[in-house]
Amino acid sequence: MLHIETWKRVLIWGLVALGLLLALPNAFYGRVEAYNDELKAAQPDGSDAEPASGWVSWLPHGLVNLGLDLRGGAHLLAEVRTQEVYKTRMDALWPEVRDLLRDKRDTVGTIRLQPSDDGTLKIRIGNAEGMSAAIAAVKTLAQPVSSVTAAGASDLDVSGQGDLLTVQLSEAEKAATDDRTVKQSLEIIRRRIDEVGTREPTIQREGSDRILIEVPGLGSAQELKDIIGTTAQLTFQPVVSRTTNKDTAVGAGQELLPASDEKGVYYLLESAPVVSGEDLTDAQPTFDQNGNPAVSFKFNVSGARRFGDYTAQNIGSPFAIVLDDQVISAPVIQAHIAGGSGIITGNFTVEQSTNLAVLLRAGALPAGLNFLEERTIGPELGADSIHAGTVACIVAGIAVLVFMFASYGLFGVFANIALVINMCLIFGILSLIGATLTLPGIAGIVLTIGMAVDANVLVFERIREELKTAKGPARAIELGYDRALSAIVDANITTFIIAVILFVLGTGPVQGFAVTLGIGIVTSVFTAIYVTRLLMVMWFERARPKKIEV
Amino acid sequence: MRRLKLVPEETHYDFFKYRTITFGISAVAVVASIILWLTMGLNFGIDFRGGSTIRTQSEQPVDVAAYRQAISPLGLGDIVITEVFGTSDHVASIRIQSQNDQDSVSSATIDKVEKALQGVDSSIKFTSVESVGPKVSGELIQTAFLAVGASLAAILLYIWLRFEWQFALGAVIALFHDVLVTIGIFALFQIKFDLTVIAALLTIIGYSINDTVVIFDRLRENLRKYKTKPLIDVMNLSVNETLSRTLMTSGTTLIALIALLVLGGDVIRGFVFAITWGVVVGTYSSVYVAKNIVLWLGVKRDWTKKSNGGKGNQFANIDA
Repeated sequence: MLHIETWKRVLIWGLVALGLLLALPNAFYGRVEAYNDELKAAQPDGSDAEPASGWVSWLPHGLVNLGLDLRGGAHLLAEVRTQEVYKTRMDALWPEVRDLLRDKRDTVGTIRLQPSDDGTLKIRIGNAEGMSAAIAAVKTLAQPVSSVTAAGASDLDVSGQGDLLTVQLSEAEKAATDDRTVKQSLEIIRRRIDEVGTREPTIQREGSDRILIEVPGLGSAQELKDIIGTTAQLTFQPVVSRTTNKDTAVGAGQELLPASDEKGVYYLLESAPVVSGEDLTDAQPTFDQNGNPAVSFKFNVSGARRFGDYTAQNIGSPFAIVLDDQVISAPVIQAHIAGGSGIITGNFTVEQSTNLAVLLRAGALPAGLNFLEERTIGPELGADSIHAGTVACIVAGIAVLVFMFASYGLFGVFANIALVINMCLIFGILSLIGATLTLPGIAGIVLTIGMAVDANVLVFERIREELKTAKGPARAIELGYDRALSAIVDANITTFIIAVILFVLGTGPVQGFAVTLGIGIVTSVFTAIYVTRLLMVMWFERARPKKIEV
Repeated sequence: MRRLKLVPEETHYDFFKYRTITFGISAVAVVASIILWLTMGLNFGIDFRGGSTIRTQSEQPVDVAAYRQAISPLGLGDIVITEVFGTSDHVASIRIQSQNDQDSVSSATIDKVEKALQGVDSSIKFTSVESVGPKVSGELIQTAFLAVGASLAAILLYIWLRFEWQFALGAVIALFHDVLVTIGIFALFQIKFDLTVIAALLTIIGYSINDTVVIFDRLRENLRKYKTKPLIDVMNLSVNETLSRTLMTSGTTLIALIALLVLGGDVIRGFVFAITWGVVVGTYSSVYVAKNIVLWLGVKRDWTKKSNGGKGNQFANIDA
């Protein structure tokens, strides 16, 4: 009557053994963590050298990641100012538009850039009848949008009203640009954090224009912001004039930027850069001929050509080296600079020049960041939380084990074995999927300890009832399982629905809780329906009791 | 062998004898909670209203007045300083309101606060600093309400599919009761209400529905077994039959939660408190709210007539 096929038994024990094996590394957390670090350090070199210490190589070495609230670190939620890119694009477009319209001066007349909002070019043409020709000419600059959803659409919106020509990015292009900007920012943030070299940073996109960065072990969110908060946009721009009056009239296509080292000094510059940081191939900290810290740079081929052409044509006039809207220096061009390399001098400290070189190498962020959320958790607080959580888990576990044994005797022992296996399975699965354990996550586990016995309790209570009417103990056990099943399934599916909703809508700590709760439900149903039952059947086959007491 | 028995082997308590009174108490509690919520408001944490929370730790006892005096010249607007009890260290929590309408409180501001406090107490350390900008906190509130709403809707639908619509309605009203009464307690004692409390509310929903479903399941079974017995008797029988299980499960869960409440540290105390409270309320509401509703609404007893009208019990015959 009570029969479980052999292949099922093997499968059940196999799954349990697998779970225990996967959970095992967590019992030796420090050792396995050191092993993993060595492994990671060894691999990028391509060498297959086995780490010397610690862990048996054929055993699994996945660990449960500890959340920031448990080990301390910094958390930042940044919003990418995607609109900034529109302006950059338009500023760069202006010289091309100007040259194009200049060639058509006969039909278009004089052209003059008008002041306008960021991200739009407004151009007044001298001859309003030539508008359609002007529009057609500018439209030749447009290119198809490079995205799947808006394939075929043009990237520029060109329109004319009277003698005013307006050029801006099309909506489709804006959407595509936004997406590209966030992706680029993500990549550059990752590169910068990798340059600093911290363990297991989390860098992921949230929603359409946000980036979540979590770096464990870092002292504060401020340190993290120092690394990723600087845009590091480097441009070389023609200088119109130098002034101390910050109210200087700014013409169209020009901008007034402050000098970084001299207070009260401003430079009036052409907005369209000659060359920008995107054309850099390398940047290294160095010293100038006077022994002051500086950064040497090298352009790629197209950057070198433009830089060379510009310097050849403008010998004797100054140009500005601009970093994040501040003029670092504005040297006068002495000679044609060919070869595309040079140095940037400013009043740098050695540390600043080293940092700047790192930022220039990693690339500029395409747009600035707003910080919407920052959290710093000290490592001591994390350690306290882990300690408190562990103690609570152990005490809760023991109390429940004692309570179950006192209530159900031998059957309680079966349930208790299943409960311990359940805990191991939770940790095994968490390690397998590389989930992050947070403080609410620990609470989720403790709650699971309490609720995991529920399925067993339902079965045991049912067996008790069936014993009153059923023909024998074996039949009662069988009926108990069969009849309790629908309640177990319904009760756990509803709770599982909640866990899924929490996971989908939650963030950070709440998600951590949802993960452990959800896994806990699956494992507790598995252990209650299969493991406890198997234990019971194995005992029953051996003891063959005439009477059982639940 | 002697066993621990929370309830006798067989019980015949009449759970519905005083149903007007118990249901009345529940109704009053819900109304009182809503009034408390509206009048006193919730003590929202920075997750929901933006701003910064700083957790300080010091070798010297916390002097809230001195802290306040040191920080107030900085002109940061509303500042709430509370001592955190129940830790071995001298811990205080300082909350600063948002300084603009978008971004999180800047690190420069936090540095100023740290310098000012170090003037009062040189051993003071910031063990955690959390800042949330108003832009995010506004969204977090929306998401939180969405999560609670989505959970209730999902459960309504699931119970409806698996049982009858009366059961679904009873279960969801019981869940509303649990959530509102918990919010009421948070308003009454002005306990900090943040994202983790929303997680706790959803856990309560999960636990309470678990409990309700187990009793419903038994009721469904008994309704088929005793086709002529009055509904109230079948209900009483069902609750009595599952009483032992209900108390065992609540018992083990409460044991685990109380361990966490006492030993789990102050960081998650609000969260654990909410769940603990919810388990008690959820167990109560399964019988006294959910069942009462079903009792009042009545259920279709005669299964020979096919007048189901798409009430959706076609999935309900799993253990018939």
